[in-house]
Amino acid sequence: MRPLRPAVVRPLDFDSGCVDLSHGAGGRAMAQLIEALFLAHFDNEALRQRNDQAVFDVPTGRLVMATDAHVVSPLFFPGGDIGSLAVHGTLNDVAMAGARPVSLAASFVLEEGFPLADLRRIVRSMAQASRDAGVPIVTGDTKVVERGKGDGVFITTTGVGVAREGVAPSGDRARPGDAILCSGTIGDHGVAVMAQREHLGFSTTLESDTAALHPLVEAMVQAVPDVHVLRDPTRGGVAATLNEIAQQSKVGMLLREDAIAVRREVRAACELLGLDPLHVANEGKLIAVCAPEHAEALLAVMRAHPLGREASRIGAVHEDPNCFVQLETSFGGRRMVDWLAGEQLPRIC
Amino acid sequence: MRYVDEFRDGATARGLSSAIAREADPARRYHLMEFCGGHTHAISRYGLADLLPGSVHLIHGPGCPVCVLPIGRLDDAITLALEHRVILATYADCLRVPASRGLSLTKARALGADVRAVYSSADAVTLARANPGREVVFFAIGFETTTPPTAVAVLEARRLGLTNFSVFCNHVLTPPAMAHLLASDGGGGGARIDGFIGPAHVSVVIGSAPYEPFARVNGKPVVIAGFEPLDVMQAVLMLVRQLNAGRAALENQFTRAVTPSGNVKAQALVAQVFEPRETFEWRGLGAVPRSALRLREAFRAFDAEARFAISTTPVADHKACECGAILRGLKRPQDCKLFATVCTPENPKGSCMVSSEGACAAHYTYGRFRDALGAGAP
Repeated sequence: MRPLRPAVVRPLDFDSGCVDLSHGAGGRAMAQLIEALFLAHFDNEALRQRNDQAVFDVPTGRLVMATDAHVVSPLFFPGGDIGSLAVHGTLNDVAMAGARPVSLAASFVLEEGFPLADLRRIVRSMAQASRDAGVPIVTGDTKVVERGKGDGVFITTTGVGVAREGVAPSGDRARPGDAILCSGTIGDHGVAVMAQREHLGFSTTLESDTAALHPLVEAMVQAVPDVHVLRDPTRGGVAATLNEIAQQSKVGMLLREDAIAVRREVRAACELLGLDPLHVANEGKLIAVCAPEHAEALLAVMRAHPLGREASRIGAVHEDPNCFVQLETSFGGRRMVDWLAGEQLPRIC
Repeated sequence: MRYVDEFRDGATARGLSSAIAREADPARRYHLMEFCGGHTHAISRYGLADLLPGSVHLIHGPGCPVCVLPIGRLDDAITLALEHRVILATYADCLRVPASRGLSLTKARALGADVRAVYSSADAVTLARANPGREVVFFAIGFETTTPPTAVAVLEARRLGLTNFSVFCNHVLTPPAMAHLLASDGGGGGARIDGFIGPAHVSVVIGSAPYEPFARVNGKPVVIAGFEPLDVMQAVLMLVRQLNAGRAALENQFTRAVTPSGNVKAQALVAQVFEPRETFEWRGLGAVPRSALRLREAFRAFDAEARFAISTTPVADHKACECGAILRGLKRPQDCKLFATVCTPENPKGSCMVSSEGACAAHYTYGRFRDALGAGAP
């Protein structure tokens, strides 16, 4: 048979077009969206196979897997957007096992009517974040829901990585005497997003700290393979992360407020909103717990890395059957650092 | 942060701490009530208990507007949103406060109620302008600090000729509640209060003069203090000195913001729009005469209680709840059987556990480790 002339395809209108139900219906419109948008920007060998799954080799070691759904509002905020966040969030979850991420999968739930221009901006940002991190997005999926049944776009990413022998950080490995390290200033992401939200009426020069942390982790586990715990303090902030670790490891913790770095803008915004920076989300910071004799070496490696320049030793682990996390305030008193009760809400007076 | 850090300086705190320790008589007890949740927050947040001698006992008062809001009124707000289908504009603090039947405003929202968190009463007026086809009710709560903005919202709504805006008024007054706490002093269930750390922001509005009778008539020293931790420390020292000298005077530590007559313009706005209720129920304290405000007859059109014919059904506090005794300084949160067992910040049974400014929630969130001291904690 001889090939017929190819049909003329109207290109997607990325200036004023929007997502419609056909983009998720499995027909030619969906194929076009995948081709012209996802494939074009995420381009890599596995995706080019156009299969429903990706097949790739992995280095030897222990396989690590993590998944994360992203529903941030607003979609675009100073320092990032839902796209870069979706890449960094999952890479960081993989990295906190002390692993090197190998590949990512991304699935999109799009709301009918969502502007294609915004979608392209998000996809470009994801592609950039994935390239910068050196971890390709090798497979994906797209669904479209009716108008009013989604909030623009939800992105779920799944990551696979490999941890090398002898590296096994875990939340249940904090031991009395261990040092607690934090890789930098806290609360930047949460405040940048809150400042951007409707009706808040104040602006800051602050940007989200969203970043892929695996290069920092790589350097850290090279220097101290036996780091006991690694965790990124996202939702619920440093307070939630430390309480989780304290309960998993059945230990108590004592922090020094003076040692915890908080930007002036973050402190000011938290002051206005009645929030505690310890409860505010981060997307580019990590907490490390290690044996006290390893603390200085680990800190030195962290500070030598661009993602850990402001790293500090914020406290220590001790025995406590109640698993309380306590804080020595800069004022001189002591208090508990509890989980957040309910949603983080501003106080009125 | 400029203008704030000065009031949180650790070195100055240590100086004040040793001055208090030096001057406080170890043989006596100083039961000092900080009325306001703002003070409670500062005391807990900065761990002030560690900087005070054992003879100074701070009693966390009822000055947390979310805590003292009776469940019945919260039920009314939920009814407005769920049954009258209004847009209910509320300060975010109220969202997760438990109401009857396992409901809260957050849960009502999940059931389809249109509840919007606002940062100011002006946002509620903006909502009404933007939704001319919907009834918008502002769920007004708070002490004298948040009352003037509600008055401004009502006047603005009238100026704009809005017919879809009303206020569900739950504003309460500080001096009548303080008087109520002292009224039982000396009796069988008497309050154990030697002196007051007086309100900060409330006093900016009403001035210091309204507290004069507590010193003069009741013989209880009052020191009005700012909300920063050094303000509280200084106020404690001033109260200790008064009590040592056998004096009972009204003193003002918060001179950078509080004058004897207060914000006269704000007071005039409030008086124009609101009038006192004969009585109002406070969670934890019960009915307190002339302790709350309602809209004046001239503003009836903006009164949600009239517009939606609200008649509140009182809801009794949990039988084992000790909030009443805690608010009078007779018991501590950890003395209550419900504390940290069935009553937690996630599932508050009593008013003091509702917001982080309440006595029980503050102790649960910030101070509970002290109960375990000597049992493994450093």
